[in-house]
Amino acid sequence: MENYMKLEIAALSENESFARSAVAAFALYLNPSISELEDIKTAVSEAVTNSVVHAYAGGGAQNKISIECRAEKTQEGGVLHITVSDGGCGIEDVEKAVLPFYTTLENDERSGMGFTIMQTFMDGFALESEKGRGTKVRMFRKLGGNREGERMNA
Amino acid sequence: MQICTDYQDKVLYLRLSGEMDEHNAAAARLYADRLAEGYAQSEKAVIDLKDVSFMDSTGIGFLIGRYKKFRRYGIPVYVTNPSPGADKVLRMSGVYTLMPRI
Ligand SMILES: Nc1ncnc2c1ncn2[C@@H]1O[C@H](COP(=O)(O)OP(=O)(O)OP(=O)(O)O)[C@@H](O)[C@H]1O
Ligand SMILES: [Mg+2]
Repeated sequence: MENYMKLEIAALSENESFARSAVAAFALYLNPSISELEDIKTAVSEAVTNSVVHAYAGGGAQNKISIECRAEKTQEGGVLHITVSDGGCGIEDVEKAVLPFYTTLENDERSGMGFTIMQTFMDGFALESEKGRGTKVRMFRKLGGNREGERMNA
Repeated sequence: MQICTDYQDKVLYLRLSGEMDEHNAAAARLYADRLAEGYAQSEKAVIDLKDVSFMDSTGIGFLIGRYKKFRRYGIPVYVTNPSPGADKVLRMSGVYTLMPRI
């Protein structure tokens, strides 16, 4: 069985909490554990926050972020695929951007750990970006299987 | 994001509650920095994360920023009661080497 959703939101920091909660609510379809949900929320928050603060510096509700999720039920549990994309400024050096502690906004108390957190908290991560062409982050997370932890909606 | 303050035996406690993300951090920064100025005589500060229900990399920047601010007044900072999720974020970023978890 497969399930799908797509969400388009204004690139406003007010929507960061809504975006991660919406993805978490969708993920309930796969019966995740509480810690799996926490990891997913954190990874989504990182991707969406990046689109708000880096992609569209200067901001405004006309700028959009799109969040697409595909859920696959498997024998072990399931897989949640998440794509977060924006049409903002893009990233000039993608290899550098994913390095731990690399940030272009040091003065704003950013730590440069966003991509590292996405990579660590998810089972798969890919970044596509080009200067002036927007940014797309694709991630997936396997749920259930041999991971321990209490199930929700059990 | 809310901060409750307590001052006991020269220890300043900052009890954070709510969701620590980019949207919520700005007001908390201002408030915490004003506390550092107002309680400059503190011997140490303890940031209590017990009631923080969500934290992403914004929390790393927030804590390191407060560490730097309090250090200007010679006040060491400690972190306590992170949730398992927050703990994972703080451990992987090395925050505890600056501000130990107690
Ligand atoms: N959507 C995006 N559009 C444009 N640039 C981006 C985008 N996402 C990330 N970047 C660039 O990649 C760098 C690294 O991103 P990362 O999330 O790892 O760290 P950060 O956002 O700077 O800090 P933190 O996430 O720890 O608060 C950013 O500083 C920024 O230059
Ligand atoms: Mg980031």
